[in-house]
Amino acid sequence: MAKTLFEKVWDAHVVASPPNSPSILYIDLHLIHEVTSPQAFTVLRERGLKVRRPQQTIATMDHSTPTTPRGLDGIIPVVDAMARAQLDQLVKNCQEHNIRVFELGTEHQGIVHVIGPELGLTQPGMTIVCGDSHTSTHGAFGALAFGIGTSEVAHVLATQTLLQYKPKTFEIRVDGQLADGVVAKDIILAIIANIGVGGGTGYVLEYTGSAIRSLNMEARMTICNMSIEAGARAGMIAPDDTTFEYIIGRQYAPKGKAWEEALAYWRTLPTDEGATYDRQFTLNADELVPMITYGTNPGMGMPITGQVPDPAKVGDASEKAGLEKALQYMGLQPNQPLLGHPVDVVFIGSCTNSRITDLRLAADMLKGHRVAENVRVLVVPGSQQVKKQAEAEGLDKIFKEAGAEWREAGCSMCIAMNGDQLQPGQYAVSTSNRNFEGRQGRGGRTFLASPLTAAATAIHGVITDPRTMIRAKQPIEVN
Amino acid sequence: MIMEPIKPFSSVAVPLPIENIDTDQIIPARYLKVTDKSSLAEGLFSDWREDPNFVLNDERYKGAQILVAGHNFGCGSSREHAPWALKAYGFRAIISTYFADIFRNNALKNGLLPIVVDAETHQKILDMIAEVPQTTIHVDLEAQTITLPDGQSVTFPIDAFSKTCLLEGIDELGYLFTQMPAIEAYESAHPPRVSIGGA
Ligand code: SF4
Repeated sequence: MAKTLFEKVWDAHVVASPPNSPSILYIDLHLIHEVTSPQAFTVLRERGLKVRRPQQTIATMDHSTPTTPRGLDGIIPVVDAMARAQLDQLVKNCQEHNIRVFELGTEHQGIVHVIGPELGLTQPGMTIVCGDSHTSTHGAFGALAFGIGTSEVAHVLATQTLLQYKPKTFEIRVDGQLADGVVAKDIILAIIANIGVGGGTGYVLEYTGSAIRSLNMEARMTICNMSIEAGARAGMIAPDDTTFEYIIGRQYAPKGKAWEEALAYWRTLPTDEGATYDRQFTLNADELVPMITYGTNPGMGMPITGQVPDPAKVGDASEKAGLEKALQYMGLQPNQPLLGHPVDVVFIGSCTNSRITDLRLAADMLKGHRVAENVRVLVVPGSQQVKKQAEAEGLDKIFKEAGAEWREAGCSMCIAMNGDQLQPGQYAVSTSNRNFEGRQGRGGRTFLASPLTAAATAIHGVITDPRTMIRAKQPIEVN
Repeated sequence: MIMEPIKPFSSVAVPLPIENIDTDQIIPARYLKVTDKSSLAEGLFSDWREDPNFVLNDERYKGAQILVAGHNFGCGSSREHAPWALKAYGFRAIISTYFADIFRNNALKNGLLPIVVDAETHQKILDMIAEVPQTTIHVDLEAQTITLPDGQSVTFPIDAFSKTCLLEGIDELGYLFTQMPAIEAYESAHPPRVSIGGA
């Protein structure tokens, strides 16, 4: 029978499916971080259990870690006592259970969804979980990857399996070609604006079509990353030569004969001709323009040239109330354009847009410019490896010369747990994934956008359409 | 965690009819730096509680165990701190038209009942509360029903496995261990796809 990519990966991992019960799904790779793992290790300790497969588990520090510059001793100082305790606890737990942990400031530390692919750990056909909803990022490789809660983290630590009901499938087809100045972030913001923040609930999304195929791996990760913002269990993209070229040679990628075998298997994964999905949605990439959000969930997005919607024109009562509340929080008026709206902060980073190609896009835009006065611009690489690569290419200099802050790796102002945060009432254009109330700091107001839009906005201090900035003489390099 | 079985109960229902209430509102990230669960009640909806008119600040709802929320409750992050905080505060059931996947999973694992009702029932409950603020709802998991003050009884869906776990206080981790022979068989047939090496 013809199968979808998702069905192939699911079927290959079902350990058992007892009647009237969820299936028991085997997990190939478990990623952990400091915030959602401590209580899971407590469960193990209380019950005297061991980690079943430490060699399939890896830990990093990212959510609450400072991104401030290192001291003279080369160490990143952690001043928050609670964050310090949480980081220490992670190290202790990992040592006790023989799990490799990438500690703050070390060579491979970074945001969990940046380091997995970077190290070659993320591979097609795998099941990957993490106590973090943006685990969907790894689906860009044709893996089934999703976020779990802390109880489930304990289940995976102890048994390497999870209880799961099989989700439904949802094809999101994007054909056509993106115009200059329009990037992967705009595709996913447009998708979520269309299907809504609950539109993917109960489904695994598979992104298909010529526009998706033409994206590099990092752009594909940006798309899969935000699948959860549509409520989806996971997002996936079929592996192809672009995927294999990205993986080959990475630290944990299969080598030699194992590579050949893996490759042969990976090539069998794409959805078969004639396989069907439970639901479908199509988007035309030719028509896309840069997107921006105006509200307090990622589904409240619109073309950057658009106007804030008017609650008076919304029929559904609860949707109307939601929009009114959002506009009040955001301090925006119905029908107002966002172009030209002043911002206080620009944040370039997060597991959505902190990889080297994202930083190149931003640097290319900022090169030769100064950021506007009174605008604070933070550039936070996703990992120590991204940071090193960016510095090797001189991107850090471009950012610093433009007047932006070049920081250490971590989640930073995406979640505002580490001291990097908006002040009440401040406006930010952010390349992260959530514009929830208070997400970037209590009372802070977030406009989500692409790295290009963020950089263009940094230069002018007001929301700016990146297409107006793109110099005709120089096409943007996206590789 | 071995849970207490969920018995039938009645409680006043707190109305919070906002759609897409995300986990960052339920428990803001600054409360996540704990390594235990006990201190989370104070973080529940903490930004919204700063507003004196916020419903949880209404004396009439002190001690309520049921929350009636808008569509798509619990979207956003995977933080189990969200159901932990709701439970720590005293809630035992949330009524909505649908829940975000991860939140629903997390809630069920903590004995917090996610009760899905259709839009019409949802509206009816909200209307009843608007008229009589201290509307009491009866929840019976065994029968899979909620009963409204006018006597109307509405069934809600829950998968058989979760229902048994909640009614009998069975813990899922213990259940997974009963499946160990199948797990071992799977592992011997499938070599690990990665091997990272220890600490
Ligand atoms: S960057 Fe943001 S979304 Fe990504 S893992 Fe960190 S906190 Fe979560």
